[in-house]
Amino acid sequence: MSTNRESTAVAPPIRGLTRRQRIAVVRDYGVVIAFLGLFATLSIASGVFMSKANLTNLAFQAAPIGIMAIGGTLVFIAGGFDLSVGAVSAFAGIIAAKAFIGTGLGLGLALTLGALTGLGFGIGNGLLVTVGRVNAFIATLATAIIIRGVAIAITGGFLVSVPDERFTILGLGVTGGINHPIFVWLGFALLCGFLLSRTTFGRYVYAVGGNPEAARLSGVRLGLIRAATFALSGLSGGIAGVILASEVQTAQADANPGIEFDAITAIVLGGTSILGGEGAVWRSVLGAFFLQMIGNGFNLLNVQVVYQQVFKGVILATAVALDAWGRQTRE
Amino acid sequence: MCSGGVIEFAIAAAQDFHVEARGVTKWFGGVQALAHVDLVIRRRTIHGLVGENGAGKSTLGKIIAGALRPDAGELWVNRRRATYHSPRDALADGITLIAQEPTLVPHRSVLENVFLGIEDARLGIVDTRTMRRRYRDLVAEVHLDLPADALTRTLRVADRQKVEILRAIARGAEMIIMDEPTSALTTDEAQRLFGIIRRLRERGTTIVFISHFLEDVLALVDTVTVLRDGRVVRTSPAAEETPERLVIGMIGRTVERAFPQKVFPPPDAPMVLSVRNLSRSGAFENVSFEIRAGEILGLAGLIGSGRTEVARAVFGADRRDTGEIRIDGTLVRIRSPRDALRAGIVMLPEDRKGQGLVLMRSIAENVTLPHLETVSHYGVVATGRERRGTLDLMASLDVRAKGPGAQINTLSGGNQQKVLFAKWLFRRPRVLIADEATRGVDVGTKRAINELLHRLAAEGMAVLLISSEHEEVLGLAHRILVLRGGRIVASFDGHTMSGDAVLHAAFATEAAERSGP
Repeated sequence: MSTNRESTAVAPPIRGLTRRQRIAVVRDYGVVIAFLGLFATLSIASGVFMSKANLTNLAFQAAPIGIMAIGGTLVFIAGGFDLSVGAVSAFAGIIAAKAFIGTGLGLGLALTLGALTGLGFGIGNGLLVTVGRVNAFIATLATAIIIRGVAIAITGGFLVSVPDERFTILGLGVTGGINHPIFVWLGFALLCGFLLSRTTFGRYVYAVGGNPEAARLSGVRLGLIRAATFALSGLSGGIAGVILASEVQTAQADANPGIEFDAITAIVLGGTSILGGEGAVWRSVLGAFFLQMIGNGFNLLNVQVVYQQVFKGVILATAVALDAWGRQTRE
Repeated sequence: MCSGGVIEFAIAAAQDFHVEARGVTKWFGGVQALAHVDLVIRRRTIHGLVGENGAGKSTLGKIIAGALRPDAGELWVNRRRATYHSPRDALADGITLIAQEPTLVPHRSVLENVFLGIEDARLGIVDTRTMRRRYRDLVAEVHLDLPADALTRTLRVADRQKVEILRAIARGAEMIIMDEPTSALTTDEAQRLFGIIRRLRERGTTIVFISHFLEDVLALVDTVTVLRDGRVVRTSPAAEETPERLVIGMIGRTVERAFPQKVFPPPDAPMVLSVRNLSRSGAFENVSFEIRAGEILGLAGLIGSGRTEVARAVFGADRRDTGEIRIDGTLVRIRSPRDALRAGIVMLPEDRKGQGLVLMRSIAENVTLPHLETVSHYGVVATGRERRGTLDLMASLDVRAKGPGAQINTLSGGNQQKVLFAKWLFRRPRVLIADEATRGVDVGTKRAINELLHRLAAEGMAVLLISSEHEEVLGLAHRILVLRGGRIVASFDGHTMSGDAVLHAAFATEAAERSGP
């Protein structure tokens, strides 16, 4: 074998970019395209859809899930997962209702206390996942079971009804033609959107989810950031919980079953990656609205409810598949 | 292989070709890992592959075993053209690779691991009795005694290797490629493994033996191929080689790569970093060194010698058992990268993608990640200041990108590496640890990075340089420490350093014992 071979360099293989760029576009803006598409379709197909009353109603119905989805978005971006928000929301409703009936606290304080209960549970989840090193999926599944259990214990399994009409101001109140939950949703979205896109905390959240080791070697306190996202997710569950309790003037241990899955669906439909490091608050807002629009559209077009479920499932799977393909081809 | 080596080689030459590589070429990104490799491996021989870190030994092994596909060139197996798309294809031709990291299912038994995927089963129900009989036959055939029911996770590394070997034989392997099989073994265990390898040859198996341990290679193999920079230097009978000759072949007459003229720091330059008795059991022991302002200290040694582990411990990325770290003579408490950053120590990690950058985020976000408190007010990022600072660094480091907002994974490897430098120079550190700072980048960027390191030192920074390219360490460092087995085994200053001496110390060949500390 000779040493001094002529160094004819073989060019490195170049792969086509078009396919992967196409997938990247669909992945990044798929929710916008789908949203506009469905919006246009429904506007044309149904005369009622575009009315202010219908759109406001849509946003009103989407608000609790939308709020949870925002908290969940932060958790997802930091590389976590939160299954406990449904249970948290039920518990927060109970606390708010009981505080309003049973103590001298005013309405505002009672509702705040309910929401803060969610924050407390969120902090607990955060500690369990970071300090306790329990896998986020399992940790939040466990706390969800615990929280539901404790909720049954303190209510004795009974409905907590609030006889005072004022309790419904948050959930059913309307100001300037806009339902109050929409204001809360919007406010929470602006707050979290600002946190995520403009603050050092937001930067750390993306870094922790995108490359934990690089973040650690950059001096970022991984545990603190992860725990903070769980805390915010818990708070979002608490806020959604008091809104839902206020809407129906009652609270109970098994309220809002499966709502956490709707929130997760909204996040994923929006295009926030379940693998962490990527995503945005506006995406989940759009995702939640989109999800509600599907239900609304099916009703307006008189399609049987069963197909709604099927359709939601199919687009959820499609969204995740697009995410995976986008990642694979980008390697 | 003392007396009969030449004769054996002649006999081997008469035997047929088992595997032949013709002009095999492989690129990783912009880096050529293998360049027109021609190689013949004869049946029933033990064939050694040696070379420096990154010379292409493992890549070649993986291509033969179907784990990687060549970008150009042909592979001929049993005199037939072979195009493998997966290790499974290679296995069909009787070729298997035993990688550096064992690939066993830890919680299952030896028996299950050996026959994994080729179980005797009827209608999906495993026929344990037949499998046990086959296992007994197999063990008798290759004289490897292992309890069939032991869980593999309870076995020592040497025994896990035996499981891998049994598994290869059970699959009818005619060629086994072993990548650094002895690196985790004791001397006794290695000797026993050599006995097994020789017996495998007697029964007709071809072995490709990839190793850093030159003495071992020469004692075991029939033929040895030296690789350097992805090219074959020569293939010759082991009996004609000595460790010294191999080392010279591995370094070669290096093409002069222009390094900037070294500027030695003045002898009274202040001591910036001082590390005393740094130890972590199983990784490194009693490592002490100092770096003055303006000095580049090179850490040389093979992969696994403890270079990176020492650097990570100084940076607080991994824990240490003992050891003191001083900055400007003051003891600093470093228990996390955060502490190190505060003390003015930064580290460019060896794995840019895994540890250095957040690939889906922008250049600016990556650059300012460790310094956000300096570009923010009450937790809100001052994007204008961030952008300007990033642009300045991008200009001075010649980062080619659309702008500070460009995503990292749209950049070339060389530009990514420059961004990594920008990240650690945003706030001037006192000590810069550069671990494999030129890995996976093109020649032009390599030169730019070398000049940058030179300039930073000239401006008074203390630099700890780690590189698998000994040439680079020699070309840049003012002093060199050589690590082997987690200990400093030699040190060289500007007058005593030479490529041979450093490599001999790293490989622990006889020459090193003579010129050692």
